[in-house]
Amino acid sequence: MLARRIIPCLDVRNGRVVKGVQFEGLRDVDDPVTLAAFYNVSGADELVFYDITASYEDRGLFQDVLRRVAREVFIPLTVGGGIREVKDFEMALKNGADKVSVNSAAIKNPMLIKDAARHFGDQCVVLSMDVKRVNGRFRVFGRGGRDETDIDAIEWAKRGQDLGAGEIVLNSIDTDGVRGGFDIEMLNAVSSAVSIPIVASGGAGCKEDFVTLFKNAPGADAGLAASIFHSREVDIHDLKELLFESGIPVRRTNHVSD
Amino acid sequence: MISVIDYGVGNLHSIVGALSAIGEDVKVTGDINDILSAEKIVLPGVGAFGDAADKLKETGLMDAVISRAKRGVPMLGVCLGMQLLFEKSYEYGKHAGLGLLAGDICPMKDDLTEKVKVPHMGWNSLVFEKPSPLTKYISEGDYVYYVHSYYAKNAGSSLSAYSEYGGLIIPGIVSKANVFGCQFHPEKSGEVGLKILKAFSEVKGA
Repeated sequence: MLARRIIPCLDVRNGRVVKGVQFEGLRDVDDPVTLAAFYNVSGADELVFYDITASYEDRGLFQDVLRRVAREVFIPLTVGGGIREVKDFEMALKNGADKVSVNSAAIKNPMLIKDAARHFGDQCVVLSMDVKRVNGRFRVFGRGGRDETDIDAIEWAKRGQDLGAGEIVLNSIDTDGVRGGFDIEMLNAVSSAVSIPIVASGGAGCKEDFVTLFKNAPGADAGLAASIFHSREVDIHDLKELLFESGIPVRRTNHVSD
Repeated sequence: MISVIDYGVGNLHSIVGALSAIGEDVKVTGDINDILSAEKIVLPGVGAFGDAADKLKETGLMDAVISRAKRGVPMLGVCLGMQLLFEKSYEYGKHAGLGLLAGDICPMKDDLTEKVKVPHMGWNSLVFEKPSPLTKYISEGDYVYYVHSYYAKNAGSSLSAYSEYGGLIIPGIVSKANVFGCQFHPEKSGEVGLKILKAFSEVKGA
């Protein structure tokens, strides 16, 4: 049976992981390779790396990080951030990414999804969308949630699938950072409109939120979070055990202490 | 020394990294002479069956690989590389494979009996069908990482471990004498995947 996936997300700037990494006992915790290796053995099913580097010059540093992670970590890697054209996909895949996620650039140019899918296969192309309720509708936002568009999220998800996206990361701006649980209503609305896998993002505050996610949003294939994993408020091994006990299929791993 | 065949499809970082991680010397090569003297061969692959088969044929690598396989050289096909070991595929038309294993590669969507998403993407557990040298370090129920939309239908006697998806038996590990294949990505399947590669690295050639 296909397992539900748990995915930590790492923001990388200038070759280092940023945002609240608090691992006691792990040296050099903001080294992406060290952290990736730790998540790998603690039961993460996949890792997402976001390149939040501002300048073009530092992009090379991110690619170098990716290469080093891919050499040592043998689970799927997804890369996002700064993906604007087909050659950005190519660069990421060449350096060890298995999937590449695109967000604002696809809003500007939806054909990017199609071109990338044709070149590299649907399974490589992840459509990441930031969505917020506006007047009772789910509205897509660009530039990391800063720009409101007039795009309806459900239509956008369908269009993304038709253009060749192999997966959708649905980030709810409404629940993001609130830590009150995933946006079940939004996830159900979007997942019932498409047949590709959906990764839920935004709102996880504790282990139980993932149980609620998989029980109440059956269309969600994976749960993604960042700070609760980095801060060790949620240990992925413990989370997997809780999901298993709750009857949710997961890939269980042996516990490792750090 | 394991020779990883480079025929211009996909990224070989992960498979090379995983083989290195288990302590193997790896040679990435697209040279026929290298293949003709290879002691152990890994055939990777992503993308479409027809394109990959054409590239293998055009470069002469297909004949070289078949001849090594027939001489008893241990060989592991991964993902599309596994599918290429079979007789034919019905991915966008009909294409001939290496014919080292009996069976056809068919679209999953035509045969599903339960409503599931295609591609079959993610971690799925293995059910053992019959012993294979590849499974010696892993256990039934272990999870491996799949990404594919086509599957080996009627793999018959080469089926050694499978996963269930959408009411289908998805051959995960196929095995016949010195010829092995994994539909999933052992290089992306964490510890379990590394154990499968380790087991392959220990297979003795004829």
